[in-house]
Amino acid sequence: MAGLQREVDPEYLFWEAPRRQVFITGSEAVAEAVKRANVDMAIAYPITPQSESMHLVGDLYAQGYLRDYYRGENEFAVMAAVHGASLGGGRVFTATSGPGTLRAMEMFPVWTGSRQPIVCAFMCRGVSLPPSIQPENIEMAMLLDVGMLMFHAEDAQDFFDMILKAYAIAEQPDVHLPVGVFVDGFFVTHTRSMVALPPDDLKLPAYDPRRAPVPTFDMETPPIRMVRDPLLNKSNFISYAANASWHQEIAAAAERARKHIRRYMGGLLEVDDPAATIFLAASGTAVSQSREAIKVLKAGGIRVGLIKIKSIRPFPAREIAAATAHADLIVVPEFNIGGWLAREIKASIDNNRRVVGGPRVFGGMTMPTELIVNEVRSALDRSGTKQPGSGARI
Amino acid sequence: MSIKIITPVAEFAELLPQEYKDLVAHGPYNERRFVRDLGTFKEIVDEHPHCAGCGVALAIRLLAAALPSPADTLIVGTPGCSFFALIQTALNYSNTAFGNQNAVATGLKRMLEIRFPHVHKDVVVVAGDGGIADIGLDLTLHSWFRREKITTVMLDNEVYANTGGQESGMSRQGQVLNMAPRGKHFPKIPVFELAKVSGCVYGVRVTVASPHKVGRAIRNAILIARELGPTYVQVYTPCPTNMKFPPNQTLKVAKEAEKDHYSYEEFMSAEAAEYLVQSKAESKEM
Ligand code: SF4
Repeated sequence: MAGLQREVDPEYLFWEAPRRQVFITGSEAVAEAVKRANVDMAIAYPITPQSESMHLVGDLYAQGYLRDYYRGENEFAVMAAVHGASLGGGRVFTATSGPGTLRAMEMFPVWTGSRQPIVCAFMCRGVSLPPSIQPENIEMAMLLDVGMLMFHAEDAQDFFDMILKAYAIAEQPDVHLPVGVFVDGFFVTHTRSMVALPPDDLKLPAYDPRRAPVPTFDMETPPIRMVRDPLLNKSNFISYAANASWHQEIAAAAERARKHIRRYMGGLLEVDDPAATIFLAASGTAVSQSREAIKVLKAGGIRVGLIKIKSIRPFPAREIAAATAHADLIVVPEFNIGGWLAREIKASIDNNRRVVGGPRVFGGMTMPTELIVNEVRSALDRSGTKQPGSGARI
Repeated sequence: MSIKIITPVAEFAELLPQEYKDLVAHGPYNERRFVRDLGTFKEIVDEHPHCAGCGVALAIRLLAAALPSPADTLIVGTPGCSFFALIQTALNYSNTAFGNQNAVATGLKRMLEIRFPHVHKDVVVVAGDGGIADIGLDLTLHSWFRREKITTVMLDNEVYANTGGQESGMSRQGQVLNMAPRGKHFPKIPVFELAKVSGCVYGVRVTVASPHKVGRAIRNAILIARELGPTYVQVYTPCPTNMKFPPNQTLKVAKEAEKDHYSYEEFMSAEAAEYLVQSKAESKEM
């Protein structure tokens, strides 16, 4: 089967190819994306809830869809090996979760600093003692400033599409940065839903290292004398300048990604009912819970719009400011204790007392719709805003 | 790599620095060079900021002269003093996080095998004792367990030199060093012995006081790694700055170590021995 795959334009694969509905888990959606991504090499290390997806990627290797695949010795080593493979000029994929993400943490800024279009799926979970393998996305807060692009998938369909589109965005010569595609573990990875898939005999065009803005590490691409790190030899003004200007370049590359994210993902966010004055703003599975809460609130006579944030880095600050320009209240439900998304939104808009960070659940707890509904109602009570039915509890 | 890749177009040739022109015209990419030829060709290691008398700098110079195919050699290292000369090398050198060099080399080697199935791309790890024996020990050993076809070269100065002289796992027992104020409590980590049981098919322990042996070991190790599996060279590279001896005594210190605790040793698998005999015969025929 692998040998029969045909390379097609990303545009065709994303929008024009016929799609077939299948009932699969989020982990299976990852493998379906990798199957069509023309990945040269994937490297895996087990950690819950990520492992299943990389088992399936291993099966793809056995079937000939990838040219190399192996199990590394730990997450730091895997992320280092993925870095090495990407230096060598090919397309790579890996995935990890919670504590694995943190064990590998040192490598993410290295990927970014090396301008590598690595795509990594992060199946988020709790990180702390007492131990938890349950869903939670606090690890995303820890990755906000490593320089990689970050997309947060709501469901398996998003996960599938975002992984494929991540390659198209990451490999743009004016971007060429790593992309993390995040999902709330278990809720998406271990549940089945309908996912529309293009045919599996189509794949993305192969990665072309000659289009990379940094020379490939193969002794074939001049200039051959190179080290990617600015020289840190002793005190050296050139070292400061080189390092600072490189960081600026990475930040600028992330900014340049915006136009590609708009093109391939239809925007950095989506807004339902833009004329509403009350919004739920969320990312990941909190979006799905928000949709349910909005149904309940609407049934009670409270009109609430939805802002689904798809790109966390770059962050759609201007878009959020525009979408909430006339809003009285923005409630931000999250699957983590810290409330990183609420902080990001507060930092993006004027009059940020309109932002209510909550409800927050963590440690693997689910987010019942009522929690969100009650948060909205309480906020309306506090603000004295008159809304039909705002006083009633459900 | 073809020498054509770095040969400047005629219009620009005069604009390039003499060093570059020398490298293209008289560098080691064109013909095979050996340690014995040092001083007669344009070396691929340029000026470097190591301390006077640095054993690490000497080992890197020997290594660069001994590469069987510098035009297709990729070096992966780690932060530390080794990086000073390695970044001044006219070949691809990557320095990433501390201790991850064998994992990076694994990914790199495998990807280059995918992209260049008909060319030997030699991936060589060159790092200090801290990077290989301490923080990177698990990654080093696992690359050997997995039988990755890479060469690992440890530049063992028995100390963390770059950060100011702290005890490393390769420091000698009893030595008083920073972070070992009462002397080191345990012997040198037997990485050379571990190499034998972890899958390396060829290994040499040597000091910079024996330059020809260093060159031969590097060359053999790289050639064998191409075909048979992981190889390891451990070079004693004394550090005058942190070990507090005069810079003109480096070779003397290394010679004494050879007699004392750093005797020359070589091991190889039966296949590696056969391969060396065969490749010697082939090169004579040529
Ligand atoms: S500190 Fe030691 S190892 Fe480092 S450059 Fe100086 S002499 Fe060489």
